[in-house]
Amino acid sequence: MLLREGQFRNPSGCAITGVIDRSGKGMSGEEMIESISVMHDRSNGLGGGFAGYGIYPHYKDFYAFHLFYDGGAAQENTEAFIKRHFEIVYASEIQTRKISSVTDEPLIYRYFLAPLPRKLANSHLDEKEYVARCVNRINVEIKGAYVFSSGKNMGIFKGVGYPEEIGRFYRLEEYEGYAWTCHGRYPTNTPGWWGGAHPFGLLDYSVVHNGEISSYDANRRYIEMFGYKCTLQTDTEVITYILDYLLRRQGLTLTEAAKTIAASFWTTIAEKDPATREQETLLRRMYPSLLITGPFSIIFGYEGGLMALNDRLKLRSMVCAEKGAKAYIASEESAIRKIEPALDRVWAPAGGEPVIFELYQ
Amino acid sequence: MEMYIPSEYEVIRDDKKCNVCRVCERQCANAVHSYDAKLGKMLADSAKCVNCHRCVCLCPTHALKIVKSDDIYKADANWTAQTINEVYKQANSGGVLLSSMGNPQPLPVFWDKILVNASQVTNPPIDPLREPMETQLYLGKRRTKAERDVNGRLKDTLAPQLRLNMPILFSAMSYGSISYNAHESLARAAEELGIYYNTGEGGLHKDFYKYGKNTIVQVASGRFGVFKEYLESAAAIEIKMGQGAKPGIGGHLPGAKITEDVSLTRMIPRGVDAISPAPHHDIYSIEDLRQLVYSLKEATEYKKPILVKIAAVHNVAAIASGIARSGADIIAIDGCRGGTGAAPTRIRDNVGIPIELALAEVDQRLREEGIRDEVSLIAGGSVRSSSDVVKAIALGADACYIGTAALLALGCHLCRSCHQGNCNWGIATQKPELVKRLDPDVGAQRLVNLLTAWNHEIQEMMGGMGINSIEALRGNRLMLRGVGLTDTELKILGIKYAGESL
Amino acid sequence: MRIDAAEMDFQKLNERIRQSRVQEIKIAGCIGQRYIAAGLSGRDITIQGTPGNALGAYLSGGRILVDGNVQEATGDTMNGGEIIVKGSAGDATGYAMRGGEIFIYGDAGYRCGIHMKAYKENSPSIVIGGRAGSFLGEYQAGGTIVVLGKDSQSTIVGNFCGTGMHGGEMYLRCDDLKAKLPAQVKAEKLASLPQGKARSLVERWCELFGENKDKYFHASYYRLTPNSENPYKQMYTAN
Repeated sequence: MLLREGQFRNPSGCAITGVIDRSGKGMSGEEMIESISVMHDRSNGLGGGFAGYGIYPHYKDFYAFHLFYDGGAAQENTEAFIKRHFEIVYASEIQTRKISSVTDEPLIYRYFLAPLPRKLANSHLDEKEYVARCVNRINVEIKGAYVFSSGKNMGIFKGVGYPEEIGRFYRLEEYEGYAWTCHGRYPTNTPGWWGGAHPFGLLDYSVVHNGEISSYDANRRYIEMFGYKCTLQTDTEVITYILDYLLRRQGLTLTEAAKTIAASFWTTIAEKDPATREQETLLRRMYPSLLITGPFSIIFGYEGGLMALNDRLKLRSMVCAEKGAKAYIASEESAIRKIEPALDRVWAPAGGEPVIFELYQ
Repeated sequence: MEMYIPSEYEVIRDDKKCNVCRVCERQCANAVHSYDAKLGKMLADSAKCVNCHRCVCLCPTHALKIVKSDDIYKADANWTAQTINEVYKQANSGGVLLSSMGNPQPLPVFWDKILVNASQVTNPPIDPLREPMETQLYLGKRRTKAERDVNGRLKDTLAPQLRLNMPILFSAMSYGSISYNAHESLARAAEELGIYYNTGEGGLHKDFYKYGKNTIVQVASGRFGVFKEYLESAAAIEIKMGQGAKPGIGGHLPGAKITEDVSLTRMIPRGVDAISPAPHHDIYSIEDLRQLVYSLKEATEYKKPILVKIAAVHNVAAIASGIARSGADIIAIDGCRGGTGAAPTRIRDNVGIPIELALAEVDQRLREEGIRDEVSLIAGGSVRSSSDVVKAIALGADACYIGTAALLALGCHLCRSCHQGNCNWGIATQKPELVKRLDPDVGAQRLVNLLTAWNHEIQEMMGGMGINSIEALRGNRLMLRGVGLTDTELKILGIKYAGESL
Repeated sequence: MRIDAAEMDFQKLNERIRQSRVQEIKIAGCIGQRYIAAGLSGRDITIQGTPGNALGAYLSGGRILVDGNVQEATGDTMNGGEIIVKGSAGDATGYAMRGGEIFIYGDAGYRCGIHMKAYKENSPSIVIGGRAGSFLGEYQAGGTIVVLGKDSQSTIVGNFCGTGMHGGEMYLRCDDLKAKLPAQVKAEKLASLPQGKARSLVERWCELFGENKDKYFHASYYRLTPNSENPYKQMYTAN
């Protein structure tokens, strides 16, 4: 029997791209589809996906869950679970369009949810932790159900296929967001199901990633101590959990988190000014097992911004660019030029140096 | 009746090569070699030979070799010559069999059944000669919650840690069990390499206080040489609960080895036995360990990490979990193949479990309980090479203790006769004429050579895996595969079988 | 300086003692705080209440006076100084002591003075006014232990007294040593306490606690010493 993603490690090469309009103006998903299609040869048709921020302005105060169901039983069980823990503000099947090369799609549903106040209070958890644990329980405990997006005013859309096909499948031209990221996957095995595609998301965090990290099991076995369960066995999943742990639970800044996972070499740190040296040394002493080695370039999406980060040796290509309020990140410059030929500035960020683009206000 | 026990070895001299220089005679503290003036020839009494190879190595004409004696008892797979001889020895003496160094029995060596990964295509190997390859690390507690000062900068709330240039430390060997020159060699090498050596339970010689920042001092059940300055001189303090070569029993350094200088260091009178009780009599339960950990922290004002060293025994994971909750900063686990200056044979050969299994169990248990961050783990008890180190770290160790390998670098030939105090290599002896054979300049350099080479090999293997920091190798079990292992062994080691993909 | 320890955590209490530049410190309301004066020297500490375990561990000098009982592991691995206990002491008192004196007015628990050892000018001493529990002076390698049995002349030590003793001496004030001694220990009956260290220790104990010296000088004692310096040498055979 064909193994599903999560039952094995599936190393992937990939294309990533991202855009943000820092003035907060909405862009349709169409641009992203165009951008990623330039990098067609970096994907192999076994996974594509998008994350859009600011796409649900009418429901911005509710958690938007996107779910894959293998069948009706999974949906029934999941909806029963959701009802026990949340108020369902709105639920519907996600509108898709038939694309001949996109096949084997599961049932795809969307729910806008608010935690039940009494349940939340009884849990003694803060709201985000409560929601994150519910997501984890559905994914681990309910067979055939998978939450692949769970943030507020954002959504992930993904599946097996080339990213441009997946974009059209989800009718992304009908959504408008201030930021988008996109991923085209080149896995070395077939993922077997749609949950294996990227971006990977947790609450409003999303990660698209290119590369295969060599520290995977060291990172996984460490982060699983803190209640995370790496069910997909992908690099993207473990990177998302690490960032969630460092940012949300440890309260680090984005730059500090970047200096933890893509820490400068000790020899480089030794040459920095004393204050920086002290802080970066401290981060490496505090979280040594969260250092990520091996090639990676990631675009990390969160409410209000995007962060681009390369591994410390810069083993993957990544380009950033700006044009007015818009900022772009992509594996290749051509993917940016395709949607904005006249850029103000283009540059390749150094390995381990985060580039952060945030909304102006 | 005293039963004659034939020697296991025979000293063979090639008379054509021997020029009767009598070096062998002068070098052998066991008086194997003698000169027969009438014959004008050298003679050898093989019965006294411990097979330490000193004479073989120093014979200028290479006229000597030691071979296994072909004198045999009737072949018997059950009653081997060794077993029979042990019965004779005990019937002769009524004594407990005493031996030294690590378990020589053919127990499985799991290191040799574990293979390491390398990158091909999907991620790149890294060239350690040209790109940075970090083997530096810190040992100690890491569990912390990020806190900030008024300026928003992260505060250093970590407990004290030890910085190492490579994931290797010299394990505890006391002054008394090994010589002054051996200790000096270890101390100087540790300083030069940016790592640590360990005093063992014999106190710290006043000459070696200057190596304090590279010294771990031990507090064992006998508390020899333990006093305020000793504790304060060190970089860290190790509470010795047990030792892989002799789990569950104490130590006994015979009075003959308590020379003036050893007595000074141990702070006990000369010529009196130094006995370490099996338990610390102030620790009969885990909360008492916490009491000793904290009494040491109080006495040193919380400035030094506290290690707790235990032997790998059946329930090691639960014990380690208890230690991780006791306030200790580092747990050192010593496997059943670890060395010793003297241990009852039956204990050495039959008690405890291999380090590979113990380490894998402990690391996994601490992670399952979410407390792996409370402590660092040091694995020891037969770490023989850089590849053993790499495998130990991928299984979950932070660093490795080496003892026997370090002694080999100093000249030890594993004759396993340390308890007799006649070490011809000047290592496990207190006889001045033997001790002076080990030149600390040479000894330190050989240790530096060994570990510099190992460090380079570790970097090569890390580079092959595409890992450029030792920290990203720690617990990275996907980098390991087993061969010739049972399902149970694979399960305990937490690794897949070779050929199983990711 | 006076410290009210009633609600104080041990780390804070010990920190205050360490930081204090005053020699004389009075701790009031002590209730279970551990490791008091660990590793310190040159202080004169008076404790009211019940200090916690490992009082005066690694003590290097100075004096600790406790106006009451002490718990376990008092004077653990102590190197110098004086601990005076007006009440009784718990188990493992004076474990692995190398120097200094512990004077206990009342009884001592199990495993008192285990592995005491003497070295050059360092010779530790424990004087127990009442009786001592089992395993008194186990592995004793040096120093002096005196048990005075002030309230009773019968069975002033428990079982297995001096097991593994290979140095030092013990004085047990009684007419008839009922305890069975191990092979490594030899016992010699004395008609009175001889001049020397034991006598000066008893003299000090009498002064500290206001007892009559004559009663303790002129009484019969058993003096215990090791039978051989190497009690275990014959146990082994080289293999």
